Amino acid sequence: MTEESLASLTIDQVRNAVAAGQTTATALAEMHYDRIATADKEINSYLALSRERALAQAARIDTMAQRGEELPPLAGVPVGIKDVLVMRGAPATASSLILKGYRPPYDATSVERLEAAGAVLLGKLNCDEFAMGSSNENSAYGPVRNPRAPERVPGGSSGGSAAAVAAGLAVATLGTDTGGSIRQPAAFCGVVGMLPTYGRVSRYGLIAFASSLDRVGPFTKSVRDAAILLEVLAGRDAMDATSSDVQPDGYVEALKQPVEGLRIGVPEEYFGEGLDSEIRATIEKVLEDLKAAGCEIKKVSLPHTKYAVPTYYVIATAEASSNLSRFDGVRFGLRDAEARSLAEMYRKTRDAGFGAEVKRRILLGTYALSAGYYDAYYKKAQQVRTLLTRDFLTAFHGVDVLIAPVTPTPAFKLGEKTDDPVKMYLEDIYSVAASLAGICGISVPCGETREGLPIGVQVLGRHFDEATMLRVAGTVEAAQARS
Amino acid sequence: MSGQSGVSIEDVRRVAELANLELTPEEEPRMQRDLNAILDYIAQLNELDTSAVPPMAQVGEVLKEGIVHAHGETLRADVVRPSLDRAEVMAAAPETDGRFFKVPKVIER
Repeated sequence: MTEESLASLTIDQVRNAVAAGQTTATALAEMHYDRIATADKEINSYLALSRERALAQAARIDTMAQRGEELPPLAGVPVGIKDVLVMRGAPATASSLILKGYRPPYDATSVERLEAAGAVLLGKLNCDEFAMGSSNENSAYGPVRNPRAPERVPGGSSGGSAAAVAAGLAVATLGTDTGGSIRQPAAFCGVVGMLPTYGRVSRYGLIAFASSLDRVGPFTKSVRDAAILLEVLAGRDAMDATSSDVQPDGYVEALKQPVEGLRIGVPEEYFGEGLDSEIRATIEKVLEDLKAAGCEIKKVSLPHTKYAVPTYYVIATAEASSNLSRFDGVRFGLRDAEARSLAEMYRKTRDAGFGAEVKRRILLGTYALSAGYYDAYYKKAQQVRTLLTRDFLTAFHGVDVLIAPVTPTPAFKLGEKTDDPVKMYLEDIYSVAASLAGICGISVPCGETREGLPIGVQVLGRHFDEATMLRVAGTVEAAQARS
Repeated sequence: MSGQSGVSIEDVRRVAELANLELTPEEEPRMQRDLNAILDYIAQLNELDTSAVPPMAQVGEVLKEGIVHAHGETLRADVVRPSLDRAEVMAAAPETDGRFFKVPKVIER
């Protein structure tokens, strides 16, 4: 195994090679750290490395392999964690100055489950501050560059998680998605990114942005790897009251089932004006591939789609304004030491600690929740959220999954959209409705533009039906390999 | 929503105070401009008649019974168990006496 071959390394390859004694978990971790030391200078995907913990875990896995014990599903697999998820003792900044220096005393449930399944935790990954952004340019620790085109953004907010997988700086990573923050960067960087159903994966240990929308999900190099990770991550957690006790399926096993006879919905509202012509043509090819695999393609309508972005920006900012009130200089992170009163300390700490986009969203959310505006903005948006969710529930009466673009355009250039918040928010136009409705989704690479920029396609599935979604995603991926 | 667009500088200051944010004089006009642009965009929600539509706060509310339980049923058992270690939590605080978080004086005498 060479450093170059890391870029295509998958979970099964790691586990099998470690089990067969062809390599060790320790050697693999070191190879990844070597590659990070060189390649990540430009990409800037890692904010902190957890070398000691990673190598201790790798040594445990190597001992198991030497003794011939059965290895857990993620044995020796080097993974990275988005820096909004906490890891005991490792810096947790959420890419914000306000949490600089904070080292939480516990693990997020998703982190704990990965490690219990044998994963080697390499470190914490860059993202937009508090996961607010679509380009990773809102990080207090510098932007991430797209490994496929360094002058372009990797997408956001989980830009570091997508870039690390694309550049072979981790075999898989965890990201979070509140309005598109897994699916969009996955599409921009040419990797697989999955949004599990709301409640499928525990949010315990996720630094909250918008609690009714936040979800944890994996970035991987293949659909199969996404299925493997979901099996590890899925399931009820007593520490998250919104985690569901709906029994997870055998997602890897489900991939073996043929897709013949499945009904694929094509929502007309997702193929209108504003969609890049190369992305449109590429997704039409995906639909042909699915038809050739025996799926039935049906037109459907999700009539309230155009209201998804404004609805999202009311609900997400309202929840954020409440969640982010905990960053006040009292319990963790930054404090303005000059302030003479408590109120002054709160204000000065928050002004120094939060970046412009975070302040903008806190102000918008506070405004939407303030006396006299609550019904006009917040309640109204919650009502439209019901309509958007009903759109999906109605569509899923007639079809098993939906196929849609992930983004209106391929990865844009750094600085291209930073001056206009509404323009940046429209980046989420194909992703936020699924976030509001709580359904599952996945972004799968399905081609490139003439310039060589990756294109992703989105497969959206019913609540808790990740199995069907993954089967269709696997078929899309297999068709790519053949063409 | 419609007809009230036009957040003033005073509105920005009032909301910033509610949010415990202290904006610099340079930040205020920029935030005013951005908030107005975003609120204008959000105003399109008024095209929809939602008078008979229930608001949705959580995903579970709109799913049928048996998919997600109603309130209360998914709460964990109310039993006493160890919480985070106090020393570890306090170690992360900007100022502490080891037992409590310390803050600047709250009440002036």
